[in-house]
Amino acid sequence: MSTRTAAPTSPVTISTRVDKVGRRPKVMRGIRAFAVIVITIIALLPVVWMIMTSLKSPSDVVAVPPKIIFKPSIESFIFLVTERVQFASPQEAAEYKARDDLKWYEEKVAQRGQKITRVGDFPKQLRNSFIIAGTSTIFSVLFGVLSAYAFSRFKIPGEGDLLFFILSTRMLPPVAVTIPIFLMYRELGLDNTYFGLILLYTTFNLSFSVWLLKGFIDEIPKEYEEAALVDGYTRLQAFRKVVLPQAVTGIAATTVFCFIFAWNEYAFAAMLTSDATRTAPPSIPSIQGVGRIEWETIAAASLVFLIPVVIVTFALRKHLLRGVTFGAIRKG
Amino acid sequence: MSSYNQPARRRHIGDKRLIQMFVIPTVLLLILMNVFPLIYSLYLSFTEYSAINPTAPKWVGLDNYRQVLSDNLYWHNFAVTGRYALISVSLQMIVGFSLAMLLKEKFKGSGILTTLILIPMMLSPAVVGAFWKNIFNPSFGIFDQMLGYSDPNTAPEWLGNPNLALWAVVIVDVWMWSPFVMLLSLAGLSAIPDYLYEAAAIDRASAWFQFRRITLPQVMPLLLIAVLFRTIEAFKQFDLVMGLTGGGPALLEGRQAVNVTETVSVRLFRLAMPPQAQTGLSSAMAYVVLVIIIAISNLYIRSLNKIREG
Repeated sequence: MSTRTAAPTSPVTISTRVDKVGRRPKVMRGIRAFAVIVITIIALLPVVWMIMTSLKSPSDVVAVPPKIIFKPSIESFIFLVTERVQFASPQEAAEYKARDDLKWYEEKVAQRGQKITRVGDFPKQLRNSFIIAGTSTIFSVLFGVLSAYAFSRFKIPGEGDLLFFILSTRMLPPVAVTIPIFLMYRELGLDNTYFGLILLYTTFNLSFSVWLLKGFIDEIPKEYEEAALVDGYTRLQAFRKVVLPQAVTGIAATTVFCFIFAWNEYAFAAMLTSDATRTAPPSIPSIQGVGRIEWETIAAASLVFLIPVVIVTFALRKHLLRGVTFGAIRKG
Repeated sequence: MSSYNQPARRRHIGDKRLIQMFVIPTVLLLILMNVFPLIYSLYLSFTEYSAINPTAPKWVGLDNYRQVLSDNLYWHNFAVTGRYALISVSLQMIVGFSLAMLLKEKFKGSGILTTLILIPMMLSPAVVGAFWKNIFNPSFGIFDQMLGYSDPNTAPEWLGNPNLALWAVVIVDVWMWSPFVMLLSLAGLSAIPDYLYEAAAIDRASAWFQFRRITLPQVMPLLLIAVLFRTIEAFKQFDLVMGLTGGGPALLEGRQAVNVTETVSVRLFRLAMPPQAQTGLSSAMAYVVLVIIIAISNLYIRSLNKIREG
């Protein structure tokens, strides 16, 4: 039964575990796979429900009992990108609806007795999110890769304490840190500016980026650089031409993580931004409908906002473990 | 020999400057954006000051701390946070670890299923809160429907009922973060060397014995990391509550109305922001929270370091 009686001189490469032979494990595997599929479906149900809600018409959204089968509509997405007003009287609405110069989306909205007044705030908030998350990510990764390289390759006095300090800043509750930052920003005129939030997100992600990148750079053999140095490269050249190309995967993973954190961030944004610079996360929960809570609009906004994150999760799947443990654990 | 040493020494000096160039921006940024604000707010925590008032901060000593530590309402916030952290983290550990046990042995398609299960963890808590609000709605939401309540009049109102609201937050949090525990547990499980189980099987050890004596001790370090990290995050809980309940609903407790899902961070936010804008008092409260979180973080980073080195 056991294959472990092989002579020590010929190492067993494929070990057959005694407890893995026979029919029972196979049946167990089937049961396990089934359980996992059921759990995955349950786990994704809320997201599926959100997608369904975003495709419902206003009356289907509040149907009791909730509708599983319905006629899909894209009204919610029109609602999402527009600012609308309700007509004061049905007569006025009918007059407007009768006009023949209406665009297709204006007609859709007119059927709800509403008129589009201007482009909504959501596109702008999404753009703010992109600008702020994108720019801060570039800086976090840039400063991060430099520091990570230094920490990885050189003996720095007080290195342990310094790294400890860097990571501990990441643990601070945003709400506690924001009170003084708010006052500081007001003094400097940085509140409600792109620069202010970019600076804050850069710092917020920097500790993460240093730790994660240090893990990646630690894995690049020192010998490569040493060979380059012997060949007459300066340290900076060796860093640029040998280390950076080797660290591309790590840098890419770090970039995506930093972007997601900044993209999802709520607390700082809620306290330090208003109209002009407001990002999407604090806006979505407070989407106001015209005369009612527009659940389909909230769902549409959530969907648009979450799609990039879901795509990126797949791209990152090999690095997720590393990412969530600050680079401490490499392999699963 | 000396001429051979020359370039090496020059390079050494270059290295020193390089280190400075590479590390100083990071350290400066962290000092400017983290250390300085914390020192500033430490000062503010000893003063009576409101950010929306032109009056300068007035030194009041330990008054703010006395108020935070003696007022029942603040204790209520800490109690809510503690209860929430305990329940939520325990459930996440159970669900996450069980999931990992199911996924430990790879089968066809297990990779893609694992990634799909991990999706909730990557989403923005505030946005998650916003759409779960719809899911929890007793009449047109899907949650009560799935539980078998078809009549909206008798269906539990998760977010409006003071006895259920904290559980609603826990449910969403467990949905979001059990995958995190699963991910760490999987890493721990896959690192257990096969020969341990082989030896146990040869000795005819029972499955339960193997689990208790091999599996559990081997994944323990990673489970500990998961517990610490999730506890820190639970103590900081803010976004999800804001998106889901906004801290409410209120419950009459004795003669005081308390908000049943108002965690310390939510309270801090309300205290610090206008219209209340009690900057001094909120700074003191922030410091109490900071001390707790720094203590847990300390343990966390220590165990991370142990794993890095080990």
